[in-house]
Amino acid sequence: MSSNDVAVAGVGMHPWGKWGRNFVEYGVHAARAALADAGVDWRDVGLVVGGETVRNGYGGYVAGATFAQALGWNGATVATSYAACATGAQALDTARARILAGMCDVALVVGADTTPKGFLAPNAGERWDDPDWLRFRLLGMTNPAYFAMYARRRMDLYGATQEDFARVKVKNARHGLANPYARYRKEVGVDDVLGSAVVSDPLHLLDICATSDGAAAVVLTSMDYARRHGLTQPVRVRAVSTVTPTFPNTVLDMPNLSTDPSTAVAPPARTFKESIAHAAYEEAGLGPEDVSLAEVYDLSTALELDWMEDVGLCERGEAEALLRAGETTIGGRIPVNPSGGLACFGEAVPAQALAQVCEVTWQLRGQAEGRQVEAARVGITANQGLFGHGSSVILSV
Amino acid sequence: MSATATPAIDGWFTTGPEPALLGSRCTGCASVFFPPTGGFCRNPGCASTESEQVELARRGTVWSYTDAQYQPPAPYIPASDPYEPFALAAVELPEGLVVLGQVAAGYGVADLRVGAEAELVVEPLYADETGDRLIWRWKPVTELGEETDQ
Repeated sequence: MSSNDVAVAGVGMHPWGKWGRNFVEYGVHAARAALADAGVDWRDVGLVVGGETVRNGYGGYVAGATFAQALGWNGATVATSYAACATGAQALDTARARILAGMCDVALVVGADTTPKGFLAPNAGERWDDPDWLRFRLLGMTNPAYFAMYARRRMDLYGATQEDFARVKVKNARHGLANPYARYRKEVGVDDVLGSAVVSDPLHLLDICATSDGAAAVVLTSMDYARRHGLTQPVRVRAVSTVTPTFPNTVLDMPNLSTDPSTAVAPPARTFKESIAHAAYEEAGLGPEDVSLAEVYDLSTALELDWMEDVGLCERGEAEALLRAGETTIGGRIPVNPSGGLACFGEAVPAQALAQVCEVTWQLRGQAEGRQVEAARVGITANQGLFGHGSSVILSV
Repeated sequence: MSATATPAIDGWFTTGPEPALLGSRCTGCASVFFPPTGGFCRNPGCASTESEQVELARRGTVWSYTDAQYQPPAPYIPASDPYEPFALAAVELPEGLVVLGQVAAGYGVADLRVGAEAELVVEPLYADETGDRLIWRWKPVTELGEETDQ
């Protein structure tokens, strides 16, 4: 056991969906579930870290305090994190750092969101210096358009097909069938995907994840606290990577209109997404060969294939072969998104990276009923968001 | 385009028969940035605060491409009602950066492939009370002989 380990004492979620209620209600539900799972009284929590939601007013900007107040002020230290899609992981890292520094024994991390229907759009107002506003105003460049560009590169460079992308959806839909927290629990066929409307060529509607309401929470404790409270073999956080890109980042990222230039400085050995997972492996002292399962950010079906390569499950351009051989299905060599992934959840931004951690925890405990990866020992999560944010968390038993 | 046509954003590109994107070249390390920047250089090894305006190459190779089958949300201003889909391309320039743009009117994803050549043009994006508002776009470069094959 490394001295940098902390224990996942409890995890909890509110089911994903379009429930039309306040994000605080979802967050409290998830927090209470995680505390109950951990057997920890809320009044014993020394730090609460909230994942900020930008679409729910001031209460969302100060999410940590909002959840603390809703759970009943208990005098805990508070923090709020925002890192786009990596928000939950950054919040988790804040909690972990404070525990490892010996400043706190028990921390509660919560992320919750209520999302609007349709394309995610920037905040209102004219903002000529905000790339997230300019990409819509000047180009009409939506999130699915970025996903579609990555998908098209797989087709033109590696021979991927739209059927391959559809197979990712079929697999994830099957994985999520028995997941009580998933929003979509229905079998989907290749023809269903290919028959759905094209949103941004080559991606169909069913290739692209929805936006959802949802909440996830994690109770982290020091290894000492876990031991004192009878948690003898807890799931451990082995690494949390929230690295930024290295200049020049030559892969086009949301919401930018361009990449860094590679004339003065040569591109780094690893792309940004590769570096996110690499940093996690380095910290954990583990490698892709040690991984039993991966929860990766399938904002689109094709992105799951990119991620498989970015986290080192196969060489560049080989993800389709692994998928077609059934190796990424539960029961295969390296199951990817056994939870059903974003395909079954839809994205609830500040909760999503925490939901990945919840799923891996259940898998490592053998509690993922109906979707269990046999003998799971090590799990990795990976995600990427706007403005140079991304995360990878490695957990093990 | 109308006589009163003006760029939809100031200082990002030139107009005229051979339009070009306007970038910022760092006077310290020669990195070229687009959109134009000022006051600092994003190269972590460069402390320069000075840059000069440069025209970027008008031709590059397609990094990837897609289209927008559904009308993007505001602040996008649709050029027509009903909405007409348009294509988008990311083009890698000799200056070592990839720049996004809409694809020139009349061209779609079938006209593009990764690695193909594209050229910068300027076309109307939408019209407001001042007249047409212009934007840079990427136009596929048809190789000699290809046109007749089609």
